[in-house]
Amino acid sequence: MQNLKLRKLKITINGKKYQGSPGKTILEVCQENDIFIPTLCYHPDLEVKANCRVCVVEVKGRNKLCTACSTEIEDGMEVLTDSEKVEKVRKINLELIFAAHVEKCPTCVRDGECLLQDLMRAYEEKGIYKVRSNRFEDRKKTWPNFQFGPSIFFDSSKCIDCGNCVEVCDKVQKIKFLEVEGKGYRTRILPSSSKMRECIYCGQCAVHCPVGAIQEQSSIDDVKRAILDRKKIVIAQIAPSIRVSIGEDFGMSYGKVVTEKVYAALRMLGFDKVFDVNLGADFTTVVEAEELAERLQKGKDLPMLTSCCPAWVRYLEFYFPWYISHLTTARSPHIHLGGVIKTYYAEKEKIDPENLVVISIMPCTAKKFEICREELKVNNMQVVDYVLTNREFASMLRERKIDLKKVKGEKADNPLGVYSGAGAIYGASGGVMESALRTVYEKITRKTLLRLDFKNVRGVKGIKEATVKIGKKALKVAVANGIKNAKEILDRLHKDPKLYDYIEVMACPGGCIGGGGQPIPVTKEIRKKRAQALYTIDSRLKVRKAHENPIVKKVFKEFLDRNKKLAHEILHTTYQRAEKQKDYTSYL
Amino acid sequence: MDILKKLEKEKLTGRGGADFPTHLKWKIVNKAKDKDKYVICNVSEGEPDVEKDRFVLENYQKEMVSGIKIAIDFLEAKEGFIYLRNDYYSKFSLQLKYWISDYPIKLVREEAGYIGGEETALIEFLEGKRAEPRVRPPFPPTCGLFGKPTLINNAETFYCVDLINRGIFKHTRLYTINGDVENPGVYGLDEDVTVKDALKETKNLPKRKFFVQVGGGAAGEVLGKNQLNVKVCGSGAIIVYDARKTDIKSLLKKWIEFFMKESCGKCVPCREGIFRIYELLQKPNTDLKLISDIVYSLEQSSFCGLGRGCALSISSLFVNVLRKSKAGEVIL
Ligand code: SF4
Ligand code: FES
Repeated sequence: MQNLKLRKLKITINGKKYQGSPGKTILEVCQENDIFIPTLCYHPDLEVKANCRVCVVEVKGRNKLCTACSTEIEDGMEVLTDSEKVEKVRKINLELIFAAHVEKCPTCVRDGECLLQDLMRAYEEKGIYKVRSNRFEDRKKTWPNFQFGPSIFFDSSKCIDCGNCVEVCDKVQKIKFLEVEGKGYRTRILPSSSKMRECIYCGQCAVHCPVGAIQEQSSIDDVKRAILDRKKIVIAQIAPSIRVSIGEDFGMSYGKVVTEKVYAALRMLGFDKVFDVNLGADFTTVVEAEELAERLQKGKDLPMLTSCCPAWVRYLEFYFPWYISHLTTARSPHIHLGGVIKTYYAEKEKIDPENLVVISIMPCTAKKFEICREELKVNNMQVVDYVLTNREFASMLRERKIDLKKVKGEKADNPLGVYSGAGAIYGASGGVMESALRTVYEKITRKTLLRLDFKNVRGVKGIKEATVKIGKKALKVAVANGIKNAKEILDRLHKDPKLYDYIEVMACPGGCIGGGGQPIPVTKEIRKKRAQALYTIDSRLKVRKAHENPIVKKVFKEFLDRNKKLAHEILHTTYQRAEKQKDYTSYL
Repeated sequence: MDILKKLEKEKLTGRGGADFPTHLKWKIVNKAKDKDKYVICNVSEGEPDVEKDRFVLENYQKEMVSGIKIAIDFLEAKEGFIYLRNDYYSKFSLQLKYWISDYPIKLVREEAGYIGGEETALIEFLEGKRAEPRVRPPFPPTCGLFGKPTLINNAETFYCVDLINRGIFKHTRLYTINGDVENPGVYGLDEDVTVKDALKETKNLPKRKFFVQVGGGAAGEVLGKNQLNVKVCGSGAIIVYDARKTDIKSLLKKWIEFFMKESCGKCVPCREGIFRIYELLQKPNTDLKLISDIVYSLEQSSFCGLGRGCALSISSLFVNVLRKSKAGEVIL
């Protein structure tokens, strides 16, 4: 068996010899060797569906073309990836796909970052059989748009029926909200009409869409308007995971840390101040750790569940409302910081908070929903006015021809840009848990924690468990990496309610670094590199515990501790059972 | 001699259309180690102008069911299924139940349409999913229904299994002869009969100019008058078209409308391409060159046999029957 695994198969591609392991597909071997094969429906996160048929290649001895994504290599196989036959079929299929996709490139967030657009450009000039995007008439011109809450926008006239969104929602997330209806050219993808199914706004469908058919609901215009409004002071705050992924959209390597470039680029877009949600995360950790300590002492509402992922909160509120009391009452990091900005900062700077516009740059589509929640208002104000996904942010930069790679880094504004390593790792699955453990340990034992790294809760595993000794208590914790694992954990809890004390859930695989608002593509390898980058940031910081963040201490001392009632409003929240949306059709 | 050896000796091949040696399929399922195995009898007969499975149900129901039972016993299968075209279900299910008696064989009413004739799409449907073909390999004999080894054979194949088991198999096969002929119907003829002989023997050889479609009234291959000395393959149907009476464009439209209705919608050439051919056929000056290009993609890159079948009928019609211009392009 061992030998079989190690054995390499010899194959010839375009006349050159290569080797590949048994079980690999032609596509995988080509990718390993930098041989380009166009793909649309292929995604390493998903099962091979092989329905777009643009990855066709010629295999000697077979009378039909084969799809590279679904054909495993065989010893002695001879493959042609660019023969005349391949080119002809590939181009016809591309033209057919084009005619099922109403191009709205100028207004699409994916403009410049779209697989279909890239392929079209690549094949428009090249070869004997020129691709024409207008060979057939667009057949979906009159197809409708859908909106899932304030988060997701599905323009079905752009959908090329690859089925990636359905598959990711069904198999990766196990939400099963998107469905395929009809057959043949009448096939269409629709939101489920079942009462039992509802969108959690995670946006995984959007990051797996090869074109721009299913995307975030854009706030770009609102943000531009705010920036242009002279009366307003417009503040940007960036989420922990933005800095390790946005570089990818500007040709930088996966996981490249570009924190200071992001601050500077935001100023170039016209934001007046730039703050960092890492600081918000430190507030969250302190509030959450305190609550955990208290619940542990009282033995009440355990296990405690994290709440910083709004898609997870919505999931619980819709599918498992009876667990609501287990959610921590701590608000999420950007809401914490937004609250601090609109109260403490406004007061300090003597600005009427009505004139402050706070915009969060987030890896997430569900955050667009979160900011609308009534419970999160402070003094009757929405604390974060708009959320831009990382993709929207990148598209604004592209529109202004700002090349992030060339931007010179700058510092964040004072004083709300100071963060600890604990805040930095919030963007990776297990990060919230680790941050909380660092703080709760010191809070309960009143001793200094020496070994800060909780490696058991890091990494890409679906469910991560650890038992952490805190004084006399053995704290049992679990981390659900991706919403389908949350279901598994809740099932376990159903059988044994005392199984865990504290549970972290992130709805997206990998946590926020794999979030629904992140640059595309995102794959397992990319998620790993982004997460690694966050841990590197943490390891290089002097302050690595949230409660030691000097600004957190200062804001508590100068402001929150003196206004107990307001502090409660800024720091805590409530939850309620969620209803299914009545109608998903969008009349925009 | 066990049934497997008998099948091998008689060289039975599948009667569904693919002509795959039956004993090989049986062997793979038999060898598989899984405890649970399934047997499926496919009676979806979705192709226009093919009626031989109905003929089996009308005349050899008992034999067909017995063939399924032989398979279940031999493979020690957990369960059997008979997947029946909608109208066949309504008409024959009560009788079938009688023959099935206490065997673990379930009758399933077709809802998937023509694509249900594709083995893996049929399996998906039986699993309660959308009837779409699966990526192969794995093939059903090793990994089929619910991921278990599954034997799928056509109604006529199971009928033959019973005959072979009883030692009375005569190496005949059922042929549907249809279209512009004197004596349409289902005939049992030698399994290697040529198109010409089949027409002759059944007194159906037309006197006027004609062409035929072999294998089915939508996906079958079109042959000209001088190409009839070939074995009848596929599902054994021969449809005769009177060359003077037949309007080629209407014929193309009829096929395309059929495929457009039946395409599952999974892959691009079939979902989009067939729709575009339909569109082109609605126009007065149909662009046959463009249709040929789409047909080429269908033939070369569609996911399953449905798209390839559509390509086969159109391209063979173009090549074998239509006139060509001086430049070599077909004209209607
Ligand atoms: S946002 Fe998440 S839950 Fe909603 S449709 Fe997309 S993948 Fe499914
Ligand atoms: S990428 Fe292979 S068929 Fe779509």
